[in-house]
Amino acid sequence: MSSLPAAGRIDAVVAPEVASAPRAPRGRGRWTPGRVVGQSAVYVILVAIAVIYIFPFLIDIATSFKTEPDAAANPLSLIPQTWTTAAYQQLFLNSDFPIWFKNSAIVTVFVTLGRVFFDSLAGYALARLNFRGRGVVFAVLVAIMAVPNVVLLIPKFLVINQLGIFDSYAGMILPLLVDAAGVFIMKNFFESIPVAVEEQARIDGAGTFRIFWSIVLPMARPALITIIILSFQGSWNELAHFIVSTSDPSLTTLTKGVAQLASGQLSQGTQYPLKLAAGAIMTIPVAVVFFIFQRRIVNQSAGAVKE
Amino acid sequence: MTAATAPVRRRRGASGRGLRRGQTAAGWLFTAPVLVILGVFLLVPVLMAAWVSVSDWTGRGSPFAGGVHFVGAQNYGAVLWSGGLAESDFGISLKNNFWYVVLVVPLQTIVALFLAVMVNRRLLRGRGFFRTAYYFPSVTSSVAITVLWLFLFSASGAVNAVIAWFGAKGPNWFNDPDGIFHFGAQTGPAFLTQPTALGVSLWDWIGGPSVAMTAFVLLAVFTTGGTFMLLFLAALQNLSEDVEEAALVDGASSAQRFFRVTLPQLRPTLFTVITLGLIGTWQVFDQIYTGTRGNPSKTTLTPAYLSYQAAFGSNEWGPAAAIAFVLFAIIIVFTLVQRWVLAERAVSKRRMRWITDYQRSLAERPKGGAR
Repeated sequence: MSSLPAAGRIDAVVAPEVASAPRAPRGRGRWTPGRVVGQSAVYVILVAIAVIYIFPFLIDIATSFKTEPDAAANPLSLIPQTWTTAAYQQLFLNSDFPIWFKNSAIVTVFVTLGRVFFDSLAGYALARLNFRGRGVVFAVLVAIMAVPNVVLLIPKFLVINQLGIFDSYAGMILPLLVDAAGVFIMKNFFESIPVAVEEQARIDGAGTFRIFWSIVLPMARPALITIIILSFQGSWNELAHFIVSTSDPSLTTLTKGVAQLASGQLSQGTQYPLKLAAGAIMTIPVAVVFFIFQRRIVNQSAGAVKE
Repeated sequence: MTAATAPVRRRRGASGRGLRRGQTAAGWLFTAPVLVILGVFLLVPVLMAAWVSVSDWTGRGSPFAGGVHFVGAQNYGAVLWSGGLAESDFGISLKNNFWYVVLVVPLQTIVALFLAVMVNRRLLRGRGFFRTAYYFPSVTSSVAITVLWLFLFSASGAVNAVIAWFGAKGPNWFNDPDGIFHFGAQTGPAFLTQPTALGVSLWDWIGGPSVAMTAFVLLAVFTTGGTFMLLFLAALQNLSEDVEEAALVDGASSAQRFFRVTLPQLRPTLFTVITLGLIGTWQVFDQIYTGTRGNPSKTTLTPAYLSYQAAFGSNEWGPAAAIAFVLFAIIIVFTLVQRWVLAERAVSKRRMRWITDYQRSLAERPKGGAR
């Protein structure tokens, strides 16, 4: 922590200004040599860490365009000695990869739609509707959230098997279709918007669902976007559930397929360019969602902590 | 409000109770999908698994069929006190995961806090860039990042290439089963190798994680540091600047301000981060499934993966379900202990008093025109 602010040397008089105008550059005269060194050190550290965080992904992309001997000989180089798209051709033309991608996309779309609708529906009921048993529903949801996922690995298989939906899209999608955390996010949001608008609509004779659907839901865009991000990421990156709910190769998702590829069940040799290409492609959709919504991702966690 | 709603009631001819009854129906209707799905796929399964953990079901047919018997605590005994392979496997998996938790939780918390404090600095250009860079690994799937890790930490991989710059020779990470606290020693003294707990010798227990597991530790710190950084960042931005300023005015050094003013105020977030960390790290599964499947020499076996393997690999459904419930209990115990430890440290009360004193004195002090 020795690299922390040289700001300690600022005299008492300027201190309040620092807080009131955070970004405003102060008089150049105040940049003592000590502060310049301190500030530079901070940037050096931040950039060094950023390199550690970004470089592995650059290596991933670069290696996916390398030949196998090149990947083994030059693990750090970001420029392939001979560019080749062999890994991508193999993935798309000569493997089940497109099927995996299709399955992941289907599951993600349905899970995201389902969560947006059902989570907000239940969140609205818990926030606004004054019904008997609300306390019980709430308590059950809290209890369910406390059960760790891994405990459910075997149990989920038991139920899916018992219901006869093993090896089907229903078994892959239904158990993920709602999530308790999403219900809480929606509930908290609905509680934060004023109730007056709904009352006006109620006076005009609108039914409860009508009020929810055409008045409240459109106002809930920020929270809905949060649900979309979390559901998309959650279902696209989900692995364990698909392991226990399917065994049919035609229902393999990206996570399951690439995991099996990685542990060498489906291949010989190291095949790193192929594996890294698969990893890179499966990262693209979440990366796109991340870059579109990144400002909101940061804000959403800000809201979550306050509670 | 009463004035507004009264005419409606009269017009509809509905009593207050009627209105309420409508809401009851709607309330249950709106929450029904969530309740049904969570009930069927979370609540019922847990009860079914509880039954399987005390039965001799072998995976064929329904666990409720006539041929399945109640066997009491036999499955729990198999993994906890039988003295057989099932016990030592479970012991090894606990030992592996224990060291994983002990290393990952503090490291990821410190990294996350450090990143948050650095990014939260007032006069920082490119803050958005740094925040994005540090958070990005958190959004990628554990499968994709494990594949990348296997490559980076392979014998001739990027990490060993960097180690070679310093003239050292890196280990063959994911194939190296040696405990890092054995420091290369192959056998230990008899007083350490003789006593065993859960079928694992004391020598192995204190050996720390294997080199292979250490690579997973680094992976976890790399991917979760950014997630928890966001939590700390949000908390830091909610802190009152007055207290910080007051400390600054009184000439507290930057280290003093961080450890005595900022950190005590971050306690709730610290608590959240450590709790989430404990719950998450005890369940490590995806990385093991993708990466090593418990190898080398079972040193990356974790209870979660062992449970999966026992059930789906060797049809040992009863013991597998028992492992899951024991793991559940471990997570609860660790979380409670953590709560207790963090709550007992009353030292910070003094600091909190110091902070409130500051706030009070600040309130009494006439403010400058800066605000």
